Amino acid sequence: MELTAGAGERAGFVSPNWVTTRLDDLVNWSRANSLWPMAFGTACCAIEFMATAASRFDLARFGMERVAYSPRQADVLICAGRLPFKLAPVIRRIWDQMPQPKWCISMGACASTGGIFDNYAMVQGIDTIVPVDVYVPGCPPRPEGLLYGIMLLQKKIKRETVFDPTLRVEQLANEHGLFLEPAAVDELSEPFGNSVQQTRSA
Amino acid sequence: MTAAVNESSSAAALRAAFGAAIGRSAVVHGATIVHVSRERAHEILAWLRDTPGERYDYLTDVTAVEYRDRERPLEVVYQLRSIPRNAFLRVKIELDRSGPLEVDSVVDLWQGANWLEREVWDMFGIRFAGHPDLRRILMWETYDEGHPLRKDFPLRGRFSRAEQVRRALGADLAAHYSMGELSIAEAYDALPADMRQRLKDEAGAGGSA
Repeated sequence: MELTAGAGERAGFVSPNWVTTRLDDLVNWSRANSLWPMAFGTACCAIEFMATAASRFDLARFGMERVAYSPRQADVLICAGRLPFKLAPVIRRIWDQMPQPKWCISMGACASTGGIFDNYAMVQGIDTIVPVDVYVPGCPPRPEGLLYGIMLLQKKIKRETVFDPTLRVEQLANEHGLFLEPAAVDELSEPFGNSVQQTRSA
Repeated sequence: MTAAVNESSSAAALRAAFGAAIGRSAVVHGATIVHVSRERAHEILAWLRDTPGERYDYLTDVTAVEYRDRERPLEVVYQLRSIPRNAFLRVKIELDRSGPLEVDSVVDLWQGANWLEREVWDMFGIRFAGHPDLRRILMWETYDEGHPLRKDFPLRGRFSRAEQVRRALGADLAAHYSMGELSIAEAYDALPADMRQRLKDEAGAGGSA
């Protein structure tokens, strides 16, 4: 945040009691630096998340002092691990229970793309269920990786404006019972990399 | 080798008691495997549990195997353990693909078979006649794509990803994660008398404390 105390200094007085700043800067600064995470840990990524939260890497340095474990008091959903279809309605309900403003970090290869689990039981990327702001690659990502993802999210938040109402609109299921068009879900779920040659019947 | 010969004594005893209902048997890596007929499997397993010389009192696992060779029958596998005798026995039932994929439930012999048989039903589509509560256990109850561990099941499922996500999101959470599922209250009458007494005592002690 840029404080405009310089002008006062030039005019010959500095007050300790007030500053002027842009509202966006102030709001975004406070939001970005007190992100309370809602950890949704399903697999080994959750172990790395725990390491990130513990003393050596210390998530609290970035304003994430309190890991919420309650969606109603959380700002950022961190999906750490693979998401089976059976848990899809659970993560969606948690996301719906979180109050605005809220963001989502998809931690690790499985949460982001399904990873190695390109099979009948696994959601191929949580972005087919909830909107994702930052994808953290890795299998699992090291704590530094997650911290970098969090810092990217903070950067993103600092570029938002409180005057854009579209940023905070609650997303409702469409007529297909999905949050994306079916074709988009299919496309996001397509195999990639080494498995492009495989077909659904393989 | 003496241990292996000793292990297969159960196979010999089975053959003496049940004759033609016992198929081939083998000792593989020290584990005795006995094939039994589908029709008499329940009777044979009950005999293995109750006969003084056998006493396989603990059912470690129930599972099934489908081989890649389409000609081979499916197998239901019971992994038995005798705690007093420190012995293992693997009992297999072969199920012909043309016939009904059904065997008799052993929940009446070992309570622990309940969830194991549900898992085999869920993953392989093998029914267990007489099971008290035969429904899916790993996949959700409205799962409609078949039995995933069968060889003819496509790796990514039968429906499109969009359809899979749609069905998953449409699942009724409360129907699958109710506290009632975790309750042991209705199992109370099936518990042994000493355990019932202990629970009663604990409840009494907790009430006064």
